[in-house]
Amino acid sequence: MSNMPLEPVRPNTSRPVPWWTPVLAILWKDVLLESRTREMVVPILVFSFLVIVVFNFVIDPNPRLVAAVAPGVLWVAFTFAGMLGLNRSFAMEKERGGIEGLMLCPVGRDLVYLGKMLGTFMFILIVEFIMLPVFAAIFNLPLLEPGLWIITVLATFGFAAVGATFSAMAVNTRAREILLPILFFPIAVPVIIAAAEATRAVLAGDSIGDYSRWLQLMAAFDVVFVVIAAMTFDFVLGE
Amino acid sequence: MIGRLLLLGASGVLMITTLALIFLWVPTDIVLGISQRIFYFHVPMALVAFLAFGVVVVGSIGYLWKKSERMDALAYAAAEIGVLFTSLMLITGMLWAKPVWGVWWTWSPQLTTSLILWFIYTAYLMLRSYAPQGDQGARYGAVLGIIGFVDVPIVYMAAKWWRDVHPEAVVGPLAEEGSLEGKMVVAFLLALLTFITLFAYLLTERYSLRRQESQVERLLYSHA
Repeated sequence: MSNMPLEPVRPNTSRPVPWWTPVLAILWKDVLLESRTREMVVPILVFSFLVIVVFNFVIDPNPRLVAAVAPGVLWVAFTFAGMLGLNRSFAMEKERGGIEGLMLCPVGRDLVYLGKMLGTFMFILIVEFIMLPVFAAIFNLPLLEPGLWIITVLATFGFAAVGATFSAMAVNTRAREILLPILFFPIAVPVIIAAAEATRAVLAGDSIGDYSRWLQLMAAFDVVFVVIAAMTFDFVLGE
Repeated sequence: MIGRLLLLGASGVLMITTLALIFLWVPTDIVLGISQRIFYFHVPMALVAFLAFGVVVVGSIGYLWKKSERMDALAYAAAEIGVLFTSLMLITGMLWAKPVWGVWWTWSPQLTTSLILWFIYTAYLMLRSYAPQGDQGARYGAVLGIIGFVDVPIVYMAAKWWRDVHPEAVVGPLAEEGSLEGKMVVAFLLALLTFITLFAYLLTERYSLRRQESQVERLLYSHA
């Protein structure tokens, strides 16, 4: 296999390294770390399950009300879950001095960003994909619509796109646990609105044409912020 | 120094003149009544707040590009003033909305976007005070300054579509721009000039204070 993720990048190789090799190497590092420590997916999964259960108690769970508030409950749970995932993303690098390692990587900082961003995206998405059927079962809702999975992918990508940058900033500040949501939520407002509205449309049985503009909005957000964050990540990591 | 004093004097004189015009000279609006007079403060404050956030993004890009500490001081000073004027804009807006619309707050796209704007730049100020001083904090601020600026039109879009889905019942008479009478236009333009002068004064004052702060810091480090 020519692009084995953990193969060291040699400076004098005659064949140029494709850009995705370092991205996949950083992604693979996070997957490996997660498979050994299990500090990301399992705690976040339990937490988002708890959020949904607590919501179940604070609202009156009769079927009509549930249909009205379900999109909100779902996206509050997913946003909080995403928040925790983003917090872990760079906090674990900080704890073990991994940031210095990432900074010493002989690759562009935009590729470091993409690797970390994709890892965070993947872990949050795994949690959400497990939670969707659980949520459907608890609230007795048709959550297995394909539209809902598309919404979840687009929204989570947007969370990870802006969140990875803020996570890298917040770990170097005082009061980092509280600063990250304060940075993240205002910027992520369009995604939260779009995801909740599109979910509402799906649950109401609308066709994809009725909520496609929300999908377009999220897609535009994802593209814009991946590009900006990748371009500016060099300044976030510093020298 | 002389320039700043002149700006301070000019904003003082202009402010008194504007107040005199608003309360003694401008006719009362037929539809909205006396409460409409708050617009002469509310609208210029909103425009100055947007101007300030424009300065933040210019300073942010300038800092990342040229690595000049002056650009960062400019961005930081403008962000503080922008948050101040956004707060005042939100408060004066709510004071006006209660008697006219019957509610303190409504989730119109403009109000939603203004509130999110306030959150974004409050986060900017918090980031600056919790991040390490010097170069690192400045870089963080600059990146957030750019991300926040790009986010605003997307927030507005989302808030607008969201409102289409959830129309609100209570919306009273809205001020039509075309309904402004001649004297009102004069008072409004003078108020705008007043607030722009005040903004220029606060910006230069805060900017030079910021420069002095970093100078003091450098001196402290060089003696440590």
